Amino acid sequence: MKKSFQAKMRDWLPGYMFLLPAMFFFILFVVYPMIKGITISFYDYTATKYEFTGFSNFTYLLKDENFIKSMQNTILFVIGNVPLVLIFSLFVSIVIYNKSEFTRSFFRATFYLPAVSSIVTISIVWKWIYSPRGGILNKIMESFGAQPINWLGDERYALTAMIIILFTLSVGQPIILYIAALGNIPKDYIEVADLDGATPWDKFKNIYWPLILPTTLYIVIITTINSFQTFAIVQLLTGGGPFYRTSTILFTLYKSAFELQNYGLASAMGVILAVIVVIISVIQYKYLSTDVEY
Amino acid sequence: MKDYDVVGRKKGVSAGHVVAVIVICLFAAFFLFPFYWMITGSFKPMASVTASSLEIFPSTLSTMNWEKLFKYPAFKWLFNSMFTAFGTMVLVCFTSAMAGYSLAKKQYPGREALFWLFVGMMTLPRQVLLVPLFTMVSKWGWLDSFEGLIFPAVGWPFGVFLMKQFSQTLPTELLEAAKIDGCSEFRTFWDIVLPLVKPGMGALAIFTFMTSWNDYFWQLVLIQSTPMKTLPLGVAGLQMEWGTDYGLLMAGGTASSLPMIVVFLAFQKYFTKGITLGAVKG
Repeated sequence: MKKSFQAKMRDWLPGYMFLLPAMFFFILFVVYPMIKGITISFYDYTATKYEFTGFSNFTYLLKDENFIKSMQNTILFVIGNVPLVLIFSLFVSIVIYNKSEFTRSFFRATFYLPAVSSIVTISIVWKWIYSPRGGILNKIMESFGAQPINWLGDERYALTAMIIILFTLSVGQPIILYIAALGNIPKDYIEVADLDGATPWDKFKNIYWPLILPTTLYIVIITTINSFQTFAIVQLLTGGGPFYRTSTILFTLYKSAFELQNYGLASAMGVILAVIVVIISVIQYKYLSTDVEY
Repeated sequence: MKDYDVVGRKKGVSAGHVVAVIVICLFAAFFLFPFYWMITGSFKPMASVTASSLEIFPSTLSTMNWEKLFKYPAFKWLFNSMFTAFGTMVLVCFTSAMAGYSLAKKQYPGREALFWLFVGMMTLPRQVLLVPLFTMVSKWGWLDSFEGLIFPAVGWPFGVFLMKQFSQTLPTELLEAAKIDGCSEFRTFWDIVLPLVKPGMGALAIFTFMTSWNDYFWQLVLIQSTPMKTLPLGVAGLQMEWGTDYGLLMAGGTASSLPMIVVFLAFQKYFTKGITLGAVKG
């Protein structure tokens, strides 16, 4: 029996109605601004003019020294932070995942604490720790007879000092994910391996690693994406300095939009950032679809 | 746990394991230290904040920094942060619960495409929308307002995704039974679906609250006047103004992170659930 269109609509309507409020906000505040942002990136859009200029914002950026520098720095933030996060979170999780619930939640909470506290808080505490005047890091170093260092103001150390902060902000979530993934591995796999006399390394290589591979890939992706979006610590601690050593894409975007009122250029930077992140996401979906079943 | 495994080898007490546990404890101390340093720092008098000697345990305490902090409208900032985070949380939870239920349990054309539209936008860096959102919101006169702080954050695809994942586990028979009993669509949602998705909503609620509390970037461009600042923004302002008055900054830092830390410690279970649920494969 075929239903009339009206009858079908009556069946479908509640589904659409329930979706509507979320869809409304989503289209108004995500989809529409995204289209608009792509459009603006092709315009010379400043406080005084709005003029179509094709790809000129993009070709300008590819030659702009400050943008290239901020791109390089962003990539350094990513390749400095991601391996640290991955190795550390895997190490912590393997050691604690089969401990008591109390131990697990204690370490989970400890390592997630920086991520939940306000990023402003983390930034200013670290600013004080690193401070050349009265900062505790230098005081400790001096008590060992070392020379004090201007951590955030010295070209040689600034980026590393910032990556350490980014690292403490990033490890919480991966540790929670790994503990959950390791907890899902069936106990009998491990018991069988023990019966066969497997060494810890054998067990890691043949059981743990393959089974947590999807989680690992997910962690690599989210950590990469988050590292690409480093902004607050730069804005609050170094202002991109010294000598553009710590400026990132987002920080440069913020400056060109709100200090120079060059909205077209800022949008072009946004588009470039989005393209990079989307490429990473595509790789994510590709890898995650080769799912491991257990 | 038994001390020996099936073939009689001792479990879990190898030297390597002990070293690993010690290393993790050292790192834990490294992670906790900034918080200890911040809280004690907020009670240190000016002189001891910049003292040249190494003083891990404060010798004198004073409430001077806190008094100084509350010369600023810090309570108003706290209220602004709370109101914004709470408003965003309530709106995100309801719109996402409804959309998630619809995408998981309702049949209609375009459902798959709409779901993938949400998922596809999930990893889009929000900051890309900065310029258009800013011009939109300023045209509507929403600069420096709660509308500007709250509404743009409600279009958050992660919430829809999370609630769709969660709603998928609802028993379809129960929903059909409700329909046969003549339950209206909205009552089915309100009386049957909502109670069942509560754990998922709890996770989402806490996540949204945290995201909103920490949405520094958007707050920075949107808020211009001192009384409309959120707490982190207010403290960031102190940082610009009093760059080296670390005692005052530590009081501000403590005030702006403490509410989130308390929420986190009280609801750790839901945080963990939200993080793992959001990461589920497929």
